[in-house]
Parts: sequence; C-alpha cells; structure tokens
Amino acid sequence: MSYSDKVIDHYNNPRNVGSMDKKDADVGTGLVGAPECGDVMKLQIKVNPQTNIIEDAKFKTFGCGSAIASSSLATEWVKGKTVDQALEIKNTEIVKELALPPVKIHCSVLAEDAIRAAIGDWKKKQEATKPAAVQAAQ
Amino acid sequence: MSTNGNKANPTSHHAQQRAVPSGIKLPIYMDNHATTPMDPRVLEEMLPYFMEKFGNAASRNHPFGWAAEEAVELSRERIAKLIGATSKEIIFTSGATESDNLAIKGVAEMYREKGNHIITAVTEHKAVLDTCKHLEKFGFRVTYLPVQKDGLVDLDDLKRTIDDKTILVTIMAANNEIGVLQPIAEIGKLCRERGVIFHTDAVQAIGKVPVDVNKMNIDVASITGHKLYGPKGAGALYVRRKNPRVQLVPLIDGGGHERGMRSGTLNVPGIAGLGKACAIAQEEMPQESYKMAGLRNRLKDSIMSRLDEVYINGSMEHRLPGNLNISFAYVEGESLLMGINDIAVSSGSACTSATLEPSYVLKALGTGDDLAHSSIRFGIGRFNTEAEIDYVGDRVVETVLRLRELSPLYEMAKEGVDLKSVKWAG
Ligand SMILES: Cc1ncc(COP(=O)(O)O)c(C=O)c1O
Ligand code: FES
Repeated sequence: MSYSDKVIDHYNNPRNVGSMDKKDADVGTGLVGAPECGDVMKLQIKVNPQTNIIEDAKFKTFGCGSAIASSSLATEWVKGKTVDQALEIKNTEIVKELALPPVKIHCSVLAEDAIRAAIGDWKKKQEATKPAAVQAAQ
Repeated sequence: MSTNGNKANPTSHHAQQRAVPSGIKLPIYMDNHATTPMDPRVLEEMLPYFMEKFGNAASRNHPFGWAAEEAVELSRERIAKLIGATSKEIIFTSGATESDNLAIKGVAEMYREKGNHIITAVTEHKAVLDTCKHLEKFGFRVTYLPVQKDGLVDLDDLKRTIDDKTILVTIMAANNEIGVLQPIAEIGKLCRERGVIFHTDAVQAIGKVPVDVNKMNIDVASITGHKLYGPKGAGALYVRRKNPRVQLVPLIDGGGHERGMRSGTLNVPGIAGLGKACAIAQEEMPQESYKMAGLRNRLKDSIMSRLDEVYINGSMEHRLPGNLNISFAYVEGESLLMGINDIAVSSGSACTSATLEPSYVLKALGTGDDLAHSSIRFGIGRFNTEAEIDYVGDRVVETVLRLRELSPLYEMAKEGVDLKSVKWAG
C-alpha cells in the first residue's frame, strides 16, 4: 500500500495517543471494531460539562496505517468542538483529508464510529449522573 | 485527568532518524519466497542468448538453432540432475503457475476414464487450489485435506481419503508462507502403493532442500526459476517416464514442442538461466542451507529474546531453512510493515489483502484471525548478511514495542480483560 504523506505523517507522529480514566464522569469512551478486517479502535473524549466542549481526546488503535491515521486525525478534529459539532464529522471528510484509497474507506468509517461511540458513552454518563447538564446540552 | 502512554513524541526513533550500521544498504530485501534476486552468475549465463545466440531451439538446419538447442539441453540436464531425474523427463513452461495447471489438468483429462477424484491440501498455493476448483466444475471430485496445527498433512487422513476413483494427489513440498515441509517421501510411497499419481509443487523446496524424485516417489513436480535466483517467466515440469510412465494432455497445442506436452518456441535465455540456477543450487546447497538456517535462527532469537507474546506459525522442525513466520500479538501486520518500511517482508494480515481476508494458510493451522492479522513472513535468501539480520531484528523489536503502546488490545490484555469476551460496538 503506498500512502499519502499525511497518512505517513500521522503514522510516524500520531497525535494524542493514550488513555483517560474510563470512570471519570466527564470522559466518554468509544471502543469499536471493524467487521471487515477485525481492527479495533479506542477513542476517548473529555468534555467540559458547562460548555459541552471537547477539551481533550486520546486514542489507541489496532489496525492498518489508514486506521491509525484516521483515528489520530479524529482526535485532532474533535478537540475544541462541542459534542454536537463533533457528531457532524463524516468519514468522507477523513477520506478526503488523508487521500485514502477505496479499499481503506472502512478504516475511516471506524474512526467516525469511534467518535459517535465516545460521545454516546459520555451522554449516557451525563444522563445517569448529572441529568441537568444533559438537558442543557439538548 | 489521568493519562498514560502519552509521551509528547512517542516516535523519537523511527526509520529516518536511526543510524544505519555500516555495510548495510537500505532497503533490505527479505521476501525471498515472493521472488529471489537473480544470481549474477545466472545473468551471465543468459546474456549470450539474447543477442549472439538468438536462434530458435527448434531450428534443426543451421548453427543458430543448434546453439540454442545446446543451451536448452544443457539446462534440461542440470535441472534433471538436481532432482534425480533424467533430462527427457523435463518439460519447459512459463513458470510454476503453468506447471501446476499442466500437471493437474493434464493428468485429470488423461486419466478421466480411470477416475475423477483428486486430493490436495487446504494450504496449497492458489495455482493448485484454483486449478482444482476449476476441475470441480467439470465433474471432478476434489478433497481438500486439512492440516494439523504445525501445518503438516496427516498421513492417516490421506490414506483414508484415497479411494478407487482417486487418480491424483497433489501436495506441495514446501509452503510459500510458513515454509513448512510436507512429508513428501511418505506421501509418495503411499501413492505408489495405491497406484495414484503424485504431483508436488516443489517451487519453494527445490534448490533449498534435497528433492529426489525417485527416492520420494514423485511422479510430477513443478519448478520455477525465480524462486531459486533464476529468471522470472521460466519454469519446468518434471514428468516421470517410467515406473510408471505418466502421460498428460497438453494445455497448449501447436508446433509439438516439448514432446507435444507444451507447444511454443522455447524461452532460450530463461531456460539457460533456470538451468544455471539449478547447477549452482546443486553445488552450494549444503553450505547454503546451513548458512540460511543460521541466519534464520539468529533472527528468531533476536526477536523472541526481546519480545513477549510472539508466536511462530508452523512447524519449526519441518521447515525451509530460510523461512520465519511470526505473529506479534496485539500488533496489526500492515502497520508493522509500515513501521519497518526500509525492510521488504510480507504479512498475512487482512489489511494487506485486497479481499480483507487474513491468510488462508494461517487460518488452516487454526491460528485465530487476530494472530493471522499480526503475522510477518521473513524470507531469508542467499544474499542476506548477518548485519542485515541484526538490523532487521532491532527494527522489528522497536516497531512492535511502539505499536503495542498504540494498541488498545495490548492495553486491555495488560489490564486482564479477556479479549475474546469483548463485544465490539460499531
Ligand atoms: C508454492 C508456489 N507455487 C506456485 C507459484 C507460482 O509460480 P510462478 O510465479 O512461477 O507462476 C509460487 C510463487 O508465487 C509458489 O510459491
Ligand atoms: S484497519 Fe484493516 S484495512 Fe484499515
């Protein structure tokens, strides 16, 4: 597979690698797997409950170079966005930014799924612990 | 906020910044099961047949033809000698894909009256498997034998599977992914006792380990030049002439070359190169296989002594000396290849294949998808050096460590999560 310079850059210097405390009420964790090839992505966000802004994001990925680059890029993109803005990120934008070849499109889908899963997890926690904050967000 | 594994620059030592030890030229080629570089001695042997000695080996009436024919006959003798055959038993082809097709389809059609059953194994090369699948459409019955965990076929299985309609057993001598050597002599003996023709795709074995068609009771064998430091597009098929005499229906009809079994003007330079490659292999195999095994074991030790949870795929005992196929748990193969991009090797990962299927060979050994996904094949060859082996070992180890830091599976395993129990969202 010959990749674009952007994919190679994210692979060589992945942004925001790491983990946050899953149990933290402000942290949302998305753990998703790709049925196509068996790859796994973990993406975490830390949200400011007052502003709903994603203040930090971390990822870990078991997958190809495109999957690593897609998730690295996803953490960059969600940072500074509100939860609702982050939900609007589409895998097609990732494909475009990284110039992914057609066989690697599902890797970007995995990144979009991971963002949604992380936000979903955070929302669930909000409903459970701070119902007022969730209502404010909606 | 608690974070871990989040170094400011987790890649402080990737390829570009690493000092290259002297005496090493990058990239390093270590994919010798895919193809081998040509030996310069082979090229030298071929060169005259492009220009001065360009004749057609079938031209009987002038010296141009005679010179070409002489080269072809010398090559035939050299190939025959390497495998204990006689030169009349060697048919030239365009490579092993054609040899496998000719062997299997040629026997199937010729012996159709006698029976319609063919036996092969699930770990064969596609040139064999897809040929067998093709024949299934025309009324042939094919048994695809499973293999054991170590990659070897079970001889009792084979024995039970042969019936009175079986006309052909086709089992490879050495596997191209895991380098596992099948018990060819035992299979040959069994086939001979049962009166079944035995074909072996010996592409990866010939020139690397001893193959003797008589001692091993092989009836038909496929050979190709580019796996033993010879040219691409030049191959051969050994076809036994007596005890028993094997006959084939040709795939290619025409001028009746190669005793009618394969028409078409011979590729004289390629054939000369294939013969020379066999002659060199014959001469150097003992020392070379010793050296290959030494380098292979050095690489294995270099990796296994520094990394936990790495697994060798296939039997270590019954294996080509230059092959090492390892799975690095929790690290996906394509991303590992990307990290060691100054080294040419290959992976059985789904992510590297057009179909997004992991290697069918590894799956046949019972290797889980996750470990098939993490596999790398190292194919060590004649021109690799000890310094290269050490460099490759270091690069693999550092890249695996880096990617494990990036792997959610590694983190979960360290936390004691049973990965098989996880339900993935998405
Ligand atoms: C075991 C085996 N059989 C057949 C082939 C096909 O050989 P060729 O490239 O000469 O057609 C190969 C090489 O890819 C091989 O490894
Ligand atoms: S994650 Fe498997 S192909 Fe990208």
